[in-house]
Amino acid sequence: MLTLDSLGRHYGDHLVLRDISLTVPDGQLLCVVGPSGCGKSTLLRTIAGLLPAHEGTVTVDDTPVSGVPDRLAVVFQDYGRSLFPWLTVRENVALPLRRRGLGRAERRAEAERILERVGLGGVARRHPWQLSGGMQQRVAIARALVCRPALLLMDEPFGSLDAQTREDLEDLLLEVHRTDGATIVFVTHDIDESVYVGDRVVVLSPGPGSRVLLDLPVELPGPRDQIGTRGLPGFVALRAQVGRAVRSGKKELP
Amino acid sequence: MNRRVPTPGGAGSGPGADPVTPAPTPTPIPTTSRTESRTTRVGPLARGALLRWLVLALAVGVWQLVARAHGSVYFPPPARIARHAYDLWFSGPARHLLLTDAAVDNILPSLGRMAAGFALAAVAGVALGIAVGRSRRTYALCNPVLQFARAVPPPALVPVFVVVLDFGTQMQVASIAFSAVWPVLINTAEGARNLDPLRVEVATVLRLTAFERLWLLLLPSALPRIFAGLRLSLSLSLILMVFSELLPGTADGIGFTLTDAQSRSDLLTVWAALVLLGALGFLLNTGLLAVEKRLVGSRRPT
Ligand SMILES: Nc1ncnc2c1ncn2[C@@H]1O[C@H](COP(=O)(O)OP(=O)(O)OP(=O)(O)O)[C@@H](O)[C@H]1O
Ligand SMILES: [Mg+2]
Repeated sequence: MLTLDSLGRHYGDHLVLRDISLTVPDGQLLCVVGPSGCGKSTLLRTIAGLLPAHEGTVTVDDTPVSGVPDRLAVVFQDYGRSLFPWLTVRENVALPLRRRGLGRAERRAEAERILERVGLGGVARRHPWQLSGGMQQRVAIARALVCRPALLLMDEPFGSLDAQTREDLEDLLLEVHRTDGATIVFVTHDIDESVYVGDRVVVLSPGPGSRVLLDLPVELPGPRDQIGTRGLPGFVALRAQVGRAVRSGKKELP
Repeated sequence: MNRRVPTPGGAGSGPGADPVTPAPTPTPIPTTSRTESRTTRVGPLARGALLRWLVLALAVGVWQLVARAHGSVYFPPPARIARHAYDLWFSGPARHLLLTDAAVDNILPSLGRMAAGFALAAVAGVALGIAVGRSRRTYALCNPVLQFARAVPPPALVPVFVVVLDFGTQMQVASIAFSAVWPVLINTAEGARNLDPLRVEVATVLRLTAFERLWLLLLPSALPRIFAGLRLSLSLSLILMVFSELLPGTADGIGFTLTDAQSRSDLLTVWAALVLLGALGFLLNTGLLAVEKRLVGSRRPT
């Protein structure tokens, strides 16, 4: 379980996050939506233990986070820069497996398996910079998924993908989520996507000093389906609700 | 005694003075067949290489004509210098790789000392540079010292080593290593310092061990800078190699050949030694560039 308790965070005298309290039960897929610059990446970095919380606490499984939590994976927003250009795609993806006590051959096989699943089976031996932006993004996603994390933080992970690949990866994420049951915090600026992917959507207000504007459980019948789900009246209503929250946040600005 | 440092032709043109800027490549027209598009891509490159050698040949040719026409004893024509160098060093028996005794006695010791000094400088420079550059604080603390050490003209240090270590191979190797270490050290530190903070975060999330951080993150990302330093150090090593052999009390080496020939007014040998040094500098730099291309070249600068 991931718990944020009145979390606050600032850079110098620039207040970014204010009084964020959230409880994310094990296995929940939480979507975080908010306007650009409101502090979504900062929130993820604080949860990951990469930045200290200035106020309040972050707890993972009842232990306060002071370093990087166990079995954590992160897809950074700047995915291209987060890959190591001097390693091949496969070596990049196999990196997290070093802490899993696997032999070299096993690591390689695991990496290739996950690359296959994100549709990059053919480029395992190339270097990241030889790939397109969307392909690099999928490498970063593969690197996060390969070690079956218990806590997965994703910062706009599908931002540079075409609609078709994006839908495929949304469904892959849902499938991985169903089988592995990881707790996922998924940052996106796409309202449709947040409702489609999430078990719950949280809308942050614009900065400075963002707080939670809306905390909405997503209850839709049946398994998600790209065509069917998006046409459900429930889906449309939720989407409208999230959209209104995002807009109302914008209006609050002077 | 003449203590001027001879300009080692090729190496004197400086580190990274590789004039190989790829000739402007016209984009191949995609409609042409495979082989054709390959030739259009290779064509300009080959032409560029040809052109460079042509310019060199032309320069030597002009030198030859002018020297011949002038007939001065101080400036012998290059053909005579080449002939002399051949007789002096490269006309030996096949089992000595055509090296004459003079070459074995003078060129090899010089190269050995240079290799030893350069290797010491490279290893120490990279290790210390990583140590200094890894932390912002050590870098800030050490930077003034490094800048000062770098500012001292390296040949000025040789007398110190002469006093401390007396003449001989030890003194020469120490001079080379101590002069050549700074560029590697400073560049490595700079490279290690400018590590991408996002990649450090990635390493933290991946829980890389200290060794993995060094081997998978720090060294590879500092590698371009390390090589920039190594190129500088290589030309410094050559300079210091010659300089340390120009001092009285040396018994062998290319520098010794120079002073020895000078004292006998054997200008032809002086010229041959100069050309040899230029060629050595060029070859060593080319070799280093090739290694760099293998290790670094296969990736886009980030
Ligand atoms: N290292 C930093 N130093 C100072 N201010 C920062 C730093 N990083 C972020 N900020 C500020 O914190 C605020 C939140 O940044 P953050 O990157 O978390 O936004 P975001 O919600 O992820 O935006 P986007 O959707 O554009 O990615 C911004 O106003 C930004 O200017
Ligand atoms: Mg962000």
